[in-house]
Amino acid sequence: MSALQNSLQFSEATVRQAEMIFKRYPAERRESALLPVLHLAQREFGGWLSQEALDYVAAFMGMPPLRVYEVATFYTMYNLKPVGKHHVRVCTNISCWLCGSDAIVQTLQDKLHLKMGETSADGRFTLDHVECLGACVNAPIVHIGDDYYENLTPDKVSEIIDQLP
Amino acid sequence: MTQIIYKNIHLENSHTLAVYLANGGYTALEKALGMTDLEVIEEVKISNIRGRGGAGFPAGEKWGSMPKDQRSNRVVCNADEGEPGTCKDRVILTQDPHMLIEGMVICGYAARAHQGYIYIRGEFYREAERLQAAIDEAYAAGYLGDNVLGKGFCFHLAVHRGAGAYVCGERSALIESLEGKKGQPRLKPPRPGIVGLYGEPTVVNNVETLAAVPGIITHGGAWYFNLGVPNSSGTKLFSVSGHVNKPGNYEVELGVPLKVLLEEYAGGVRGGWDNLKGVIPGGSSVPILPKEVCETVTMDYDALKKAGTNLGSGAVIVLDRSVCIVRAMARLCHFYRHESCGRCSPCREGSSWVTQIVDRLENGQGRPGDVDLLMDLANEAGPLGLTICALGEGVVNPVRGAIKAFREEFEYHVTHGRCMVA
Repeated sequence: MSALQNSLQFSEATVRQAEMIFKRYPAERRESALLPVLHLAQREFGGWLSQEALDYVAAFMGMPPLRVYEVATFYTMYNLKPVGKHHVRVCTNISCWLCGSDAIVQTLQDKLHLKMGETSADGRFTLDHVECLGACVNAPIVHIGDDYYENLTPDKVSEIIDQLP
Repeated sequence: MTQIIYKNIHLENSHTLAVYLANGGYTALEKALGMTDLEVIEEVKISNIRGRGGAGFPAGEKWGSMPKDQRSNRVVCNADEGEPGTCKDRVILTQDPHMLIEGMVICGYAARAHQGYIYIRGEFYREAERLQAAIDEAYAAGYLGDNVLGKGFCFHLAVHRGAGAYVCGERSALIESLEGKKGQPRLKPPRPGIVGLYGEPTVVNNVETLAAVPGIITHGGAWYFNLGVPNSSGTKLFSVSGHVNKPGNYEVELGVPLKVLLEEYAGGVRGGWDNLKGVIPGGSSVPILPKEVCETVTMDYDALKKAGTNLGSGAVIVLDRSVCIVRAMARLCHFYRHESCGRCSPCREGSSWVTQIVDRLENGQGRPGDVDLLMDLANEAGPLGLTICALGEGVVNPVRGAIKAFREEFEYHVTHGRCMVA
């Protein structure tokens, strides 16, 4: 079996997590678990969902692949292209913009030598802008991995980038 | 500071069951389970609490209209908070999750439902973790499960994380998403109260609405009704963001003057009151109020409607005089264009057209007649009333409001190819 195929297999721990998720919904409504299972797949398969990953999820869920594709392409949190180890997402919506997100964007672009939507050659960072993250009273905000970083200044965001593992 | 419903959120470890219990937590549930479901609904009706997600529909009416003969009624909490400017539900989810859980169990009892889901936005990963921990605590202590508090009532509750789609905040799109589909709104009727999750009757309420329920049951509907002003009962969490000295979530009784909210709670406008340009009072999809209206308007459903805007989700976005209104609108237009689900052509096409015109005004390439064209799009050709959900109106309402209040700035962009402000 190739390395690629090996990587496209849920670990036992992930299968157990998926089984816990299925229990939240009526037995005949297993498809309800599609969004959470896609989240699990993205986490397990390197931060993004390839065609193979989507096909694997379809088989795992017992759903037609097309149903999985239409859901994966609808929601912005599913990455359909590879992303860096650290996916840095800057909110530029109104409250963040009023509180200086332009300077945060500039700082990140300069520091990471990336434009919005780009991934660094070493695969360490992807920089994106995102719409409102729902933490507006602590603007400006950057979302990296699972965490929000709030009340940022250019200096603070620069420091946060330096401290990422 | 008013702290009536959200009196615990500033306490240390307010998210834990121990702190919640020490402050009277879950006594409302005990009281509710000693009442009939109709009595519970009656209290909520008397309180006159209106949906805090933005639509303002009376919660008691929603609960009361649930069929009584069904065995598969469900309760869904809308925690897909994402209307730009709004971050009040996040406070409840992280600082007082047990109050939400208690409200949901009471709602389930009143609606004769045995299963509840909390649909939380995908980006709220840490918030979902905290909520799950609270649910686990509630199960272990018997507030959730097959036999809640040993009173024979069965109620199960689960968290469901979305994946980044603003439109899922619309209740029927949220239900589609919860069923594992694209989050596109459903045609109504039938409304979710009749045909909701898995085709069964479903109550969908916002986090803040459900979190107010334990207080209403404890103190009585009349107590809540007497807070606030007529037709706008109770308290509300306002998320004040933008150009104020102390942005934050503040609980106030409805009907408070906007000026008091900004000056006494949010630390005042940056650079002083006279530096105020305008306020978007209810989330990014409602029209902006110019400073002269902000002097006197009060924060309740009727007063804001009379002023030509809306209370919406209670997100108060403050703009000082350094802001170019055209640029601000361009920012919002891009958001709505991005978030249109594409199902209805007036919204899909309209949001693109409006964005294109506002963009060219902002970039100094505005054409004579563009401002009128925008107004036409908003008034007639625009998506207003022609779409399945309100997202389409979300793009035209703020633009129309901004032109009404600051038309000369839009015209200046056309005639001078640049901004008169910034």
